[in-house]
Amino acid sequence: MELSFYLVQLLNAVQYGFLLFLVASGLTLLFGIMGIINLAHGSFYMLGSYLAYWLTGVTGNLWLGILLGLPITLMVGYLVERFAISFLYKRDHLYQVLLTFALILIFNELQQILWGSDVHSVAIPSLLAGSFQLTENQSYPVYRLFISAACIAIACGMYWVIQKTRLGMTIRAGASNREMVQALGINVNRLFAFVFSLGVALAGFAGMLAAPVDSVYPGMGENVLIISFVVVVIGGTGSIKGAFVGAMLIGLVSTFGKVLVPEMASVMVYALMAVILLWRPQGLFGRAA
Amino acid sequence: MSDKNWQGITRRDFVIKGTVATAGLAAASVLVPAQFAIGAQAKVKVGILLPYTGTYAKLGTNIRDAMMLRFAEDGNMLGGRPIEFVDIDSEAKPAKAQQLTNKLIKKENVDFLVGPVHSVVGMAMVKTARGDGPITVIPNAGANQLTGVLCAPNIFRTSFSSYQMGYPGGPAMVEDGHKRVVLMYWNYGFGKQVAAAFKESFLPAGGTIVKEIPTPFPKVDFQAYLTELAALKPDAVYTFYAGGGAVKFVKDFAAAGLKDSIKLYGAGFLTEGLGAAQGDAAEGVRTILHYADTLDNPANQRFRKAFKKTTGTNADVYAVQGYDAGELILRGMNAVKGDTGARAEMIHAMETAEIDSPRGKLRFSKSHNPIHDVYLREVVKGENRVVRVAAKAQDDPAEGCSM
Amino acid sequence: MSTLTRSLPLLAALLALVLFPLFGSSFYVGLVTRIIIIAIFAMSLDLLIGYTGLVSFGHAAFFGIGGYALAIAFQDASVIHLWQALPLSLFAAALAALVVGWVSIRTSGIYFIMITLALSQMFFYYFFESPRYGGDDGIFLFLKPVLMVGSEDILNLDHENNFYYFALSCLVLGYLFLVMILQAPFGKVIKAIKVNEHRVRALGYSTNGYKLVSFVIAGTLAGLAGFLEGAHTGYINPAYMSWHESGVCIAIVILGGVGTLYGPIVGAFIIVLLQNFLPEFTEHWQLLLGGIVIAVVLFLPRGATSLLPRIRSLIRMEKSISLSQEEKAKGDADG
Repeated sequence: MELSFYLVQLLNAVQYGFLLFLVASGLTLLFGIMGIINLAHGSFYMLGSYLAYWLTGVTGNLWLGILLGLPITLMVGYLVERFAISFLYKRDHLYQVLLTFALILIFNELQQILWGSDVHSVAIPSLLAGSFQLTENQSYPVYRLFISAACIAIACGMYWVIQKTRLGMTIRAGASNREMVQALGINVNRLFAFVFSLGVALAGFAGMLAAPVDSVYPGMGENVLIISFVVVVIGGTGSIKGAFVGAMLIGLVSTFGKVLVPEMASVMVYALMAVILLWRPQGLFGRAA
Repeated sequence: MSDKNWQGITRRDFVIKGTVATAGLAAASVLVPAQFAIGAQAKVKVGILLPYTGTYAKLGTNIRDAMMLRFAEDGNMLGGRPIEFVDIDSEAKPAKAQQLTNKLIKKENVDFLVGPVHSVVGMAMVKTARGDGPITVIPNAGANQLTGVLCAPNIFRTSFSSYQMGYPGGPAMVEDGHKRVVLMYWNYGFGKQVAAAFKESFLPAGGTIVKEIPTPFPKVDFQAYLTELAALKPDAVYTFYAGGGAVKFVKDFAAAGLKDSIKLYGAGFLTEGLGAAQGDAAEGVRTILHYADTLDNPANQRFRKAFKKTTGTNADVYAVQGYDAGELILRGMNAVKGDTGARAEMIHAMETAEIDSPRGKLRFSKSHNPIHDVYLREVVKGENRVVRVAAKAQDDPAEGCSM
Repeated sequence: MSTLTRSLPLLAALLALVLFPLFGSSFYVGLVTRIIIIAIFAMSLDLLIGYTGLVSFGHAAFFGIGGYALAIAFQDASVIHLWQALPLSLFAAALAALVVGWVSIRTSGIYFIMITLALSQMFFYYFFESPRYGGDDGIFLFLKPVLMVGSEDILNLDHENNFYYFALSCLVLGYLFLVMILQAPFGKVIKAIKVNEHRVRALGYSTNGYKLVSFVIAGTLAGLAGFLEGAHTGYINPAYMSWHESGVCIAIVILGGVGTLYGPIVGAFIIVLLQNFLPEFTEHWQLLLGGIVIAVVLFLPRGATSLLPRIRSLIRMEKSISLSQEEKAKGDADG
């Protein structure tokens, strides 16, 4: 294979990494800041995709679909936090695992009831429908590049909010010492509800963005879920930087793994995770427990 | 398991009571003896094990609806007896398959078993039912073994074996002038069998496999493989993908700009029933299948109209397979006039049945697998149109079957 | 006296299970056999979650390996000797648990949950994708294990009832074994680790060693359950190892009552029966199942079996109230 082949694969890897990062960043936010294990994160990704499919169908435009869909995901996140998650902050992770596992069952059935079991797809907006020639016979869709650009924008935005704003400061403080922040007169309950909704919206947004390049089908969330967990754990829980590095690593390993060792492609990613955790049990950028 | 347990009425019960009844009621009763075996309404129990949730839900629903349509056309009577359905969601979960099959056989004592969609569920189901279990009709699952090593007198299939999804593809592609071909498929049982059957006919016909690219099932992330495909520059690619994977593959293939330089072929599921989701990306894709919506025969036109009328949705190949499953059961029951105890006669009637199916002529091999024409189709304006018959009366080698 | 009253319900339940095949039809005997197998599986996880404080999210891997060891070694055999097959399955599961445990016990909390998940996914994908062991088609076994004495099969597992009693004995022996080790010094140490690992380490115990032993014991018992499942259904496939199964197993443990050993058995009954009968009421039964699990997490975190002592204490309270009222009445009469 010539060099251009590896360069295109590199592009694929990075692009996949960006999308993974978008999903995983929401997960790591909940993990690190709220100490919540959220198995239903993949379901929120699925919710986003189905909303994009549904609302794009209704409005005839993906951008409008996303605009209408985001408040819905925020609201779903808020309701789930208020009526289920908020009871579990002081409980063992075990119960979070179980509750969010049950949420997966429920969301899968709701998807079935609301949208049925057909495979759907969402049209790429005409503005970004083109593609450009990459090698002599392969071209690359502009929309895929757009996804990467959107992911970079969100990554920067998140970094800015968490590091530089007052909101980010309270979020960070709330994570390390809940009682102290409460004592300072900040409503931690409201803060956590907000962060959870934000995490859900991030997953939903990833699902919406990915809908045109992915197909929209039942059970799609679970494919994304486990791999996002791997990303978060490799990077270190709670670390946005870690999620980014983890997502890129997984993007590279899974893309080149597929090409170079196809028989073991799926095993590779998990093996990578095991090796990294053996070396650094708290993940690449995680704080030692 | 005693005879009595699973049959509802045994042959002996039937003969004794039937004779008494006949003696009492004279000639009229001869036609419908089973009704007199147990009161007036001895129902035939048809157990259905199909997925109604998850990825395969649409397939399960269409199969069931079409089969029930066929029964309804005959007044919901099997050999003169009314039907009772026991309908269970298989969830397409192999781990639960045997347990659910047992439930239908041992607890519900069904006379017929119809299902499933998923091959692995099929293996567990057939393993439980073969031998002295109920007469079983498989309306979709394609694993070769079901009518191969696992074949049995009471197991029938109205769909296809994975062999029949691959074998006719080889000569068809050579005839179209594509000799350097990449083989891409989901790396699981079904995909591997399709690929193996394709090679079996493609290589002797003068074709070359440039590379075989098995991709992990059921993952739908194809970008890396498409890049590899582009670098290999074959004439064409033969694929096996279905459902969500098929939609994604066809769209990604088109988006990567490969449509102009590499011709896309595949087993029929690549485009079957997915027109709306694939849109323009599917135009020009060629597939092989034993059915096409546009098949121009009276049975097909009649069936499609009736299916649309009762269910409100368009029929597809899965519906056809369900419809034929209904037909096959009807043939068996009508031949023995509703006497489920006359097992040998019923099986004989079913295995020799020649059905005028919406797909064309349908017969059964010694191993009870369908023998049917396989068509080469091309997507034109969102429709799978028949290009030509790729293989006439395609049979299956039934490897490992000693029937 | 108090141990007797506490074990009385257990003995009654055991008696009911022993007598069950006399009344249940073949279908139900098969169903309860399956429940018993799942109960062994869940009970083994309780040793980790409930006693050692290790939330393993990959326990299904050992269940699957127990089954696969049986299926791989004996798929072409003309006879499956129980005395060969069973130890082999247990050994394979123990070995896998040793490796997974060795890697994962260095981590804790969320990381432990995730690494056990990841490692079990590795096993899952290995069996799923490797062409060697049947891939996702799994492996069929056409024979049941036999226990031969001379040329006589003294335990004909082909018979549903015999298999039932065999599985039930495994459950009872497994339960007694776990009770025994939990009462031994070993059990005291792992329980202490669950409460405060730092302190136990400060006392000079090698906590990792204890955790590892506990992990291996649990994995081996899960392998026993997998062996039984493989032998019972004659079929094993990668789906047994999927993370869904691990999740359901955790649900069973919590639903029944974590840290009780008998709770998971009750949980196995509840979940398997729900899985069996809910679909008869509605196509969307998973919605109900999900709702039930959430309700348990929120309102009954100690599981269904925690209701029993509550009911008992309620009764006792009522009794004492009525007693005191009687006394009061007596006093009134006296006066």
